[in-house]
Amino acid sequence: MIRIENVSLRHGQTQILHDISLTIPKGGITALVGPNGAGKSSLLSLIARLQPLQAGRISVDGFPVDTTPNRDLARILAILRQDSIVTSRLRVRELVGFGRFPHGRGRLTPDDYAIIDQSLQQFDLTDLSDRFIETLSGGQRQRALVAMAFAQGTDYLLLDEPLNNLDMYFARELMRSLRRIADENGKTIVIVLHDINQAGAHADRIVAMKAGRIVADGTPSDLLTPNTLQAIFGFEMRVETFDDTPVVLHFR
Amino acid sequence: MPDRRLLCLAGAALLCIVAFMTIGLRGNIGFVLALRAMKLAALLQVSVSIAVSTVIFQTVTNNRILTPSIMGLDALYLFGQMLLVFLLGGLGYAALDAQLKFGGEIVVLMALATGLLLPMLRRRTDMGLMLLAGIIFGILFRSLHSLLARLIDPNDFAVVQGASFANFNDVRTDLLAFAAILTIAGIVIAWRARHVLDVMALGADTATGLGISWSRTVTGLLLLVSALVAVSTALVGPVAFFGLLVVALAERIVDTRSHAALMPATMLTAVIILVGGQTLFQHALGSSSTLGVVIEFVGGFAFLVLLVFGSRK
Repeated sequence: MIRIENVSLRHGQTQILHDISLTIPKGGITALVGPNGAGKSSLLSLIARLQPLQAGRISVDGFPVDTTPNRDLARILAILRQDSIVTSRLRVRELVGFGRFPHGRGRLTPDDYAIIDQSLQQFDLTDLSDRFIETLSGGQRQRALVAMAFAQGTDYLLLDEPLNNLDMYFARELMRSLRRIADENGKTIVIVLHDINQAGAHADRIVAMKAGRIVADGTPSDLLTPNTLQAIFGFEMRVETFDDTPVVLHFR
Repeated sequence: MPDRRLLCLAGAALLCIVAFMTIGLRGNIGFVLALRAMKLAALLQVSVSIAVSTVIFQTVTNNRILTPSIMGLDALYLFGQMLLVFLLGGLGYAALDAQLKFGGEIVVLMALATGLLLPMLRRRTDMGLMLLAGIIFGILFRSLHSLLARLIDPNDFAVVQGASFANFNDVRTDLLAFAAILTIAGIVIAWRARHVLDVMALGADTATGLGISWSRTVTGLLLLVSALVAVSTALVGPVAFFGLLVVALAERIVDTRSHAALMPATMLTAVIILVGGQTLFQHALGSSSTLGVVIEFVGGFAFLVLLVFGSRK
């Protein structure tokens, strides 16, 4: 369980997050949605202790993120950021292998190799595994980074806009893979999404943020209604339901 | 195959060492060998400490162009030395115990370097700012150094002058034992940190996500880098572009940024250039004092090439 209590964040004069409290139970996919600048990524990086906590408390599985040793936290929580840079002369398999770093501090056991192979397979990277990262396209690179986070083998997976750079096929594949590992391996996934329909189709719960506050929270069918969406994004859009999945027609 | 390439490098380095020790032996062989062994030990330490400190520094700052000396670390060391002469006078300075002085200088350099560089490295700031700040630091310390040089007694100046220029021919053998302890400790720490360094190369956020305490690790590595810079500067004087040159060469030879291969490759390349170069200049070209100039020239040229043609980021 991720427990966020009264978390606020400010950069200089700008208040990024206002007194956020949120509980994310174990298991399932929670999607964070909202307009640009709503504070979704900031909230995610606070949970992943990439930024120091200014006010409030966050704990993952009962471990406070600000006081738990970094190494221990890396075994229960993995994060993929939007702007993950990658160094040169690194092969896909080596990058995914870094996901095992928190477990052996760089020494890879046969078990680790098995997990790396499984991650490569899970994200369709087996054919690319000996390619250098800098020769990959943006979408392939993105998948390699997700595979690395998956290889970390943590119960909690935080993903900041993982669908960036992915074409429709791989966006769907990635969301399906996430759905599968949430269902089969019992992972808890928190994912920042801009495509509201991906959230509607694959998430168990959607949390909507706007201007540093949580403005809506519920299942996709609760949340994806014209009124709520207008409150979040500030413009009118039609919602239709196909096969019990709400589909937002936001593009026209 | 990085392994085979490493073996080739090791072989070449060994060849250079043997050549350095044996070519042109004349007269009292025992005496000459002992003298050469001392010098060889110093050159090896300089090679290794420059190689390791540059690799670590480049990984922490995430670039292929900066080196500790371009960031003005060795200028800082020389400034500290000059300040001591200024405060104590040439006689007082010369009367100090060499090892005690060296120890003190290292501690001061570690403190200053960490204090100045850490705020910049805490979050990886952009490359342009780092480079600019480094050059300004370097100029600042060199200017302060020459300001003090003008203020002190000419006799005192002669005491520090010898230390202010790179000279591979006339190394400080009195500090060898003490420096050797530091260098070996540095290699051991760096080698143990090789996997951590690999992960740090991925960036602060990713490394934190993988369980590295970024600030603490950067601080530790920076202390290590300053100690190693102090070793090489104390033994032979400042060398600006040598580190850049050997890392750039080694990276192309082993074709990986994996520190388990890159660090040994860089050390061996440094040994080949320094020991091999010294042998060549001493015996074939008969002008051993110019090696420093040639290395700086080639290194500076490599710096320009990296700047202009990009550094395969």
